[in-house]
Amino acid sequence: MTYPAQGAPGGAPGTLARRALPIIGVIATLLLLWEGARLLFGLSEQRLPSLGSIIETMFTPTRGGAGPLLIVQMLANGWATFRVALGGFVIGGLLGFGLAVLFMRLPVLERGLMPYVIGSQTVPILAIAPMVVVGFGRMGAPPWLAKMVVAAYLTFFPVTIGMLRGLRSASPQSLDLMRSYAATPFQYFWKLRLPVSLPYLFTALKIAASAAVIGAIVAELPSGAREGIGVMILNAAQYYNSRPQALYLAILVAGLVGVCFYGLVVLAEHLIVKWRA
Amino acid sequence: MNTPPIIEFDRVSKVYQSGGGPVTALLDVSLSIAAGEFIALIGPSGCGKSTLMRLIGDLEQPSSGTVRVKGKTPEQARLDRDYGIVFQAPVLYEWRTVRRNVELPLEIMGRPPAERRERAMSLLRLVGLGDFGDAYPHQLSGGMQQRAAIARALSFEPSILLMDEPFGALDEITRERMQTELLSLWSSAAPRPTVIFVTHSIPEAVFLADRVVVMSPRPGRVQRIVPIDLPRPRVFETRESPGFFSLVTEVREALRATENERVEV
Amino acid sequence: MSAPLQATTVAPQASRAVRKGLSARDLWPPLLTFALVIGLWELAVRFLQIPIYLLPAPSQILETFLARPAFLLRIGLVTFTNAVVGCAIGASLGCLVAALCVRWRVVADGLVPLAVAASAVPIIALSPLMGIWLGSVSPLSKIAVVAVMTFFPTLVSVYRGLVSPTADALMLMRSYAAPQRVVFAKLRAPAALPFLFGALRVCATLSMIGAVVAEFFGGPQNALGVYIKTQAGILRTREAWSAILVACLFGLAFYLAVVLAERAAMPWKRGRQQ
Ligand SMILES: Nc1ncnc2c1ncn2[C@@H]1O[C@H](COP(=O)(O)OP(=O)(O)OP(=O)(O)O)[C@@H](O)[C@H]1O
Ligand SMILES: [Mg+2]
Repeated sequence: MTYPAQGAPGGAPGTLARRALPIIGVIATLLLLWEGARLLFGLSEQRLPSLGSIIETMFTPTRGGAGPLLIVQMLANGWATFRVALGGFVIGGLLGFGLAVLFMRLPVLERGLMPYVIGSQTVPILAIAPMVVVGFGRMGAPPWLAKMVVAAYLTFFPVTIGMLRGLRSASPQSLDLMRSYAATPFQYFWKLRLPVSLPYLFTALKIAASAAVIGAIVAELPSGAREGIGVMILNAAQYYNSRPQALYLAILVAGLVGVCFYGLVVLAEHLIVKWRA
Repeated sequence: MNTPPIIEFDRVSKVYQSGGGPVTALLDVSLSIAAGEFIALIGPSGCGKSTLMRLIGDLEQPSSGTVRVKGKTPEQARLDRDYGIVFQAPVLYEWRTVRRNVELPLEIMGRPPAERRERAMSLLRLVGLGDFGDAYPHQLSGGMQQRAAIARALSFEPSILLMDEPFGALDEITRERMQTELLSLWSSAAPRPTVIFVTHSIPEAVFLADRVVVMSPRPGRVQRIVPIDLPRPRVFETRESPGFFSLVTEVREALRATENERVEV
Repeated sequence: MSAPLQATTVAPQASRAVRKGLSARDLWPPLLTFALVIGLWELAVRFLQIPIYLLPAPSQILETFLARPAFLLRIGLVTFTNAVVGCAIGASLGCLVAALCVRWRVVADGLVPLAVAASAVPIIALSPLMGIWLGSVSPLSKIAVVAVMTFFPTLVSVYRGLVSPTADALMLMRSYAAPQRVVFAKLRAPAALPFLFGALRVCATLSMIGAVVAEFFGGPQNALGVYIKTQAGILRTREAWSAILVACLFGLAFYLAVVLAERAAMPWKRGRQQ
């Protein structure tokens, strides 16, 4: 007889449906509001395109019939941003992880540097993005590198803080236990500090996931970028008058990329942090 | 018992430096414990029971005096993996299954996986958790978790068991059952481990121990040592015997003496 | 920074020291490193001859700022106003909807998971659309972006705060036969305050960044984001960095204002915060 964990979400299929239903309800309500607003206020396609026309636009070919379908082109651009964001995310994550371990081993370093790691969160880091892009471009680096650097930069701060907090979260008694086994420093880390820090790490990674995507998109805004969601959004906005639906689609794809990225992290968390109910 | 002492305290004092000035947790404690002995430590809160236990386990160092364990320093004994520790809270690692928690010390000591697994399962069966090896700690009740913690402490057959109020968080019924279980685990071990058992419960101390060490607070000192000559194996009926009652009374009187002393000071 | 960080990293004795106030011993390491970082930056730029379009030295940034502080602060204020107004609207709406969610739990079941997912969405992508709807040079379009950005985190946090009272605490209210309105005012709302301020701290920094970045998509000439983007575009990095300095100052001011408001609003927590 196992005791069910307190507050554990029910895993039965019935409860899944019960949880999905309100969400579907809210989405349906929003879509109804969309169409309702069009009818009620007599909004033109220019102001607020109908849902039908947005779906229709997905399947129009690009470049006057020669290119792929619009939705395919958009997803390709989304994938370009996703790739770069993921690269930056991995680099920034590893950097943050390493720094946190370093800080844990050398508290002197932490006492000096940590206030800045925290303070830097109050600084509009994203605002530097155009300069990174322009500077890197000037040096002849490929455009994806600048985007990746921005994404990495945005990932690394939350990961450092979250990971360090996690590494410190081992209880004094569980540390005593390790001591009583005369564990080596490596065993302390591998068997105790690392696993206790994982939930903290994933909380940070979830924050970093959306930051990395935003960073990649913002790094695509300065003139000169050729692919990615940022470019796509700017283009669609420019040609809004001739084809308003494209902008809505582009925003949708941006949202999709963000949610997929986040979902990936959540999935990894479920696979790795199994002990949490 | 003519065996040489396994644990020896020689005029040991412990002073903590805290924010509000130094706190003398132990003053001039001398004590020797024989191999295979079951010692209960009892005394009012703050009298230094945990400190005494932590000194043995090399989780603290004495301010003066010496502690010897098997003729070695406590640190050497710790490096030789002589200690199994059980805290008041089970301190199971929530990310490991119950079986893998019991395996933890064996893993750290580099035992092969097959042996670890077998040893962990047999211990879990011994403490009545045979069916829960693959459960995570949060799926067990408090008493079950504490049994797993005891299995973990026993897993590598340490020669000394340090238990700091291990049953403190349990209800009376579970507690009495666990006491009996602990005694049978202890007496069935091939070389009996030496047990240092901190408790706040007088009947628990009397039921379990060979000797009850009564401590007095501020500063922490050994007030009296009450030998418990109740026959073993001790069973449910032991608690209802007249000998048990008179020993409980004796320990209680000794504890009250510590209070009187405090009033006089 | 936040209370949980302190609780896990600072021992009880240490936190007592913090309660007494920051001593010189707590202050000098960060100050020293600040000087060190700035000094290293300065030296690196000078001696490694890092091209100015890549990274100007701190002294050059400061110099550029001091050359026309009034102009920079004025355009900073334009953007800052958008950030504050947008944050106020977004956070207020977030609180309102959170309260409605407590009243009608079905709404919460549908809305809260979506709001959580919205935190993964790059809301900034809405900027050009807002520009088209509300006018790309109009402050309204930036305010709208910031409002949407701050709405979701506030909604999620405040809702969690409003439902944070334990079953026992609610039972107590029940035993007094307190009507829902009283339970809300006396129990749920105070319990949600720390959550609200936690969200506001995040929103304060988020909204300043959001306002700047929203202007990257286009905006009036006299705004910080537009200025940064155009100056960076023509490789006038010193000018762009001095504008970023201004953004930092306003962002920090907003954050500190929230922290001060937090102390005023929750006197019972005072002393437990840094
Ligand atoms: N790390 C420490 N720093 C400062 N003082 C300490 C520390 N640990 C214990 N003390 C002090 O030493 C004294 C003895 O503490 P100890 O924990 O050994 O008592 P105890 O007998 O185990 O009490 P309890 O029955 O409540 O567990 C107490 O006065 C306590 O305040
Ligand atoms: Mg104790």
